[in-house]
Amino acid sequence: MPEQQDALKKLTSGDYKYGFASDIEADQAPRGLSEDVIRLISNKKGEPAWLLEWRLKAYQHWLKLREPQWQNLHFPKIDYQDIIYYSAPKPKKLLKSMDEVDPEIRATFEKLGIPLEEQKMLAGVAVDAVFDSVSVATTYKRTLSELGIVFCSFSEAVQNHPELVRRYLGSVVPYTDNFFAALNSAVFSDGSFCYIPKGVRCPMELSTYFRINAAETGQFERTLIVAEDGAYVSYLEGCTAPIRDKNQLHAAVVELIALDNSQIKYSTIQNWYPGDKQGRGGIYNFVTKRGKCKGSNSKISWTQVETGSAITWKYPSCLLLGDNSVGEFYSVALTNNYQQADTGTKMIHVGKNTRSTVVSKGISAGHGQNTYRGLIKIAKGASGARNFSQCDSLLMGDLCGAHTFPSLEVNEPTGQVEHEATTSKIGEDQLFYCRQRGLSPEDAVGLIVNGFCKEVFKELPIEFAVEAHKLLNISLEGAVG
Amino acid sequence: MSLLEIRDLKVRVGDKQILGGIDLKVEAGQIHAIMGPNGSGKSTLAHILAGREGFVPTGGSVSFDGKDLLAMAPEIRAREGVFLAFQYPVEIPGVSNKYFLKAAYNAIRKHKGLEELGAGAFLKLIKERAKLVELDPTLLDRPVNEGFSGGEKKRNEILQLAVLEPKLAILDETDSGLDIDALKVVASGINAMRHPSRSFVVVTHYQRLLDYLVPDVVHVLVNGRIVKSGDKKLALELEEKGYGWIEAQDRERVAQP
Repeated sequence: MPEQQDALKKLTSGDYKYGFASDIEADQAPRGLSEDVIRLISNKKGEPAWLLEWRLKAYQHWLKLREPQWQNLHFPKIDYQDIIYYSAPKPKKLLKSMDEVDPEIRATFEKLGIPLEEQKMLAGVAVDAVFDSVSVATTYKRTLSELGIVFCSFSEAVQNHPELVRRYLGSVVPYTDNFFAALNSAVFSDGSFCYIPKGVRCPMELSTYFRINAAETGQFERTLIVAEDGAYVSYLEGCTAPIRDKNQLHAAVVELIALDNSQIKYSTIQNWYPGDKQGRGGIYNFVTKRGKCKGSNSKISWTQVETGSAITWKYPSCLLLGDNSVGEFYSVALTNNYQQADTGTKMIHVGKNTRSTVVSKGISAGHGQNTYRGLIKIAKGASGARNFSQCDSLLMGDLCGAHTFPSLEVNEPTGQVEHEATTSKIGEDQLFYCRQRGLSPEDAVGLIVNGFCKEVFKELPIEFAVEAHKLLNISLEGAVG
Repeated sequence: MSLLEIRDLKVRVGDKQILGGIDLKVEAGQIHAIMGPNGSGKSTLAHILAGREGFVPTGGSVSFDGKDLLAMAPEIRAREGVFLAFQYPVEIPGVSNKYFLKAAYNAIRKHKGLEELGAGAFLKLIKERAKLVELDPTLLDRPVNEGFSGGEKKRNEILQLAVLEPKLAILDETDSGLDIDALKVVASGINAMRHPSRSFVVVTHYQRLLDYLVPDVVHVLVNGRIVKSGDKKLALELEEKGYGWIEAQDRERVAQP
């Protein structure tokens, strides 16, 4: 792939490529969190009373919770009263087309390479772009709506499909789930909503680009995807964020619901600002992602490529309730410089003959610390349930670390659980071998690392796989002495 | 001008002096065999030429095609035309043999100022070369050396040689671990690659490879020095008498005032 290599060269020449901030007047809430702030958010969004009530309950619950302490992550205490919980570009009158979108916002999208343009329609990508906390543009709605597919911002869904939102919101990740999920439930500003009706196969990859923009603004996204009986959807989520000196908190919640014979494929490339080479700045990413295979023969696949953020705390999980349902988790997590990641999955087998696959690839370079944390639980009555887990760690240099904490709970005699784990170092031998064939050390490392991640990359939609490949190389810049 | 000219090369590995002054001239088109007992420095010579880290030249010079070889990074040496067939080829999981070779091939072409070869043309090239070393074409799609048998790994090295077309090929104990049939295949692959502008330095412990690969010059390396050079008959003599007599001669030489 020479053109890819060329693009790489261009990209690797600088620091964090997506480090620019656009200057747009923000309409933001006062610093700190209180019932008033939550009311303000709800009011700004013109929400129905039941949703405000739900937010307030979440807030009351959050007040009783303490930040989790079990993760293998070290960071200074977060002052939750020193965060601005809502920020939006100044509301203008409703826009009829892209031409009416603020040129500066559009320019930002251009710089990010977000495919809002016509060509992308040919490429089959529909984009719901979330800029800061408010959706500014949604395309391809017509094509999708002809099929009965709803793909819109969360706020729009609250307005236009309140019955669906009310039925499913919090049904997979209740606000009582954990500290960060409670916080998100109280203050979430926007996100994406996707509904695929019975028997419909979504004809294109749905993708959403998130971007944190206003300085020191926490980002609290909420995503909800529902696949009705026999439906199929592949959803892509990609993130970039501008350089900031102060750490930024990000606490998203993603809920997936798969009914009988349906399938949801959820792919993520996470490239939030990781902090500088000394570990200053960077995003704190505390995410709760969970899918519920509610129906029989349903399937949920998570694929993630996590190269960004100073702190990653994330465990995309599957609740396998329906008989014969399938859960998958494919992950690449890379930590370079002073990045820390504590990530993994939970596969909870409840239905009969449920199956799950976990493939986790952790790469640590510089002073990076990478932890895999997984739970495989086979409940009593989940006869014939099977899991296979594979956790591989790759270390570059002597200053980084890889840690694995797998938990297995099997309460059903017919359940089968397999776990394989390896830890390896990029060897001098491999590097020398590649160099002896003419490859530069950077290309050699890129090749070896991408080879290591291949099992995960092949699960990604093709455009995403190419991007992931590039990202990995960029993120590893300077990792070889 | 010789293709390769080594003058009084001294090499240290760790705090041990392994090569104590090597002189060697290889002309274009020649095959030179480097023989010698275990631990005599044969592999060190192969690795110092390829630029392996940890092998430190402490004296002397190496000129390759008129350039100072020791001043070049390993990948530059490779792109300039130095190829090392490894004694223990390395596995690279998840990277297909084909992809790896293409990356290497195009890195070399780019260095030469040539356009990179497209996927189709490259595929044709490697398929044709794979035939030369009788390599099962399915191995091209498998990860580099992963799960290959010993013989397949060695043949894969020769395939790389055949694709990359270096000016100087250094074969480090390529015959070790091969049965007689595999040895013949490997040797015929190498013979097919012989060319008036291509030279070979064949490092080997036994002379059996030289039954199929006829050297122009045979050198015997003992204790980090070339103590004897001759034609192919020297290899046969070594086969017959072992290395003991040469080592004894060398001891005498060193002992003389």
